[in-house]
Amino acid sequence: MIQAIAFYFFATIVVASAVMVVMARNPVHSVLWLILAFFNAAGLMVLLGAEFIAMLLVIVYVGAVAVLFLFVVMMLDIDFAAMRAGFSRNAPLGLLIAAVLLAELLLAVGAYNAGGLSLGTADGSAVQAADTSNIEALGALLYGRYIVLFEIAGIILLVAMIGAIVLTFQPPKPGARARQDVGKQIRRRPEDATVMKSPEVGQGIEL
Amino acid sequence: MIGIEHYLTVGAILFVLGVLGIFLNRKNVIVILMAVELILLAVNLNLVAFSAFLQDLTGQVFAMLVLTVAAAEAAIGLAILVIYFRTRGSIAVDDINRMKG
Repeated sequence: MIQAIAFYFFATIVVASAVMVVMARNPVHSVLWLILAFFNAAGLMVLLGAEFIAMLLVIVYVGAVAVLFLFVVMMLDIDFAAMRAGFSRNAPLGLLIAAVLLAELLLAVGAYNAGGLSLGTADGSAVQAADTSNIEALGALLYGRYIVLFEIAGIILLVAMIGAIVLTFQPPKPGARARQDVGKQIRRRPEDATVMKSPEVGQGIEL
Repeated sequence: MIGIEHYLTVGAILFVLGVLGIFLNRKNVIVILMAVELILLAVNLNLVAFSAFLQDLTGQVFAMLVLTVAAAEAAIGLAILVIYFRTRGSIAVDDINRMKG
């Protein structure tokens, strides 16, 4: 019972906030609705028993991706009102395609519900043992059987990181402003930089 | 009792909302990228739901890989967006086909 209440709570909020992501006039609001959607999707995944994925969703999506979106939306100075010019013109076609797609997907779920389809059975090789936590079982699987996929994921992230840096890096313009000269800084000695003075009482110092 | 079809329905609705977002905000690349994130979230929800109901953790491993790709895609996409804005002063999707060569 409590599971059903929690499920409908999270599901309602995740769908409503997804609608708001798409419909919001201001992209900053879109990002904030996206964060709400991610939080509630993480709640759904906790209900499914996938705690690690849920935490990952909060950390990676909310903590990194959504904040990245927020930075970019706020950094770019864009007239967002003009961006929505084609909104109502695109709406009929978009709604039609969305309705057809949703009908197809729900038909597939309904066909499964009617008993015509079977999910198939897992071979039991990746089953979570009763006495292990989700994270423990997932870690054993990730560092064991799926180690190659794990490495590939790391390489994807490395390539994305280098790509993002290379794309946005601006080489300094020559002579644009004073550059740091490390050698000059190291060559500087205390005796060049400081002077000892012992001024009389009530007198200033002339440098 | 909540079965897998409930989760699949939520996943389907999220996926369709993502597709709808791409159609509705054809001019705004940032919202299109957010809609793609919604689509990937729906995929993740499906993977995790099947993983939970089939008692097989492989789905969760794949959900993590989808998450990785989504993060990489967002980083690269936003980087491209920033340099595009730097050179053009706008992010209108209609102008992007001028970027030949």
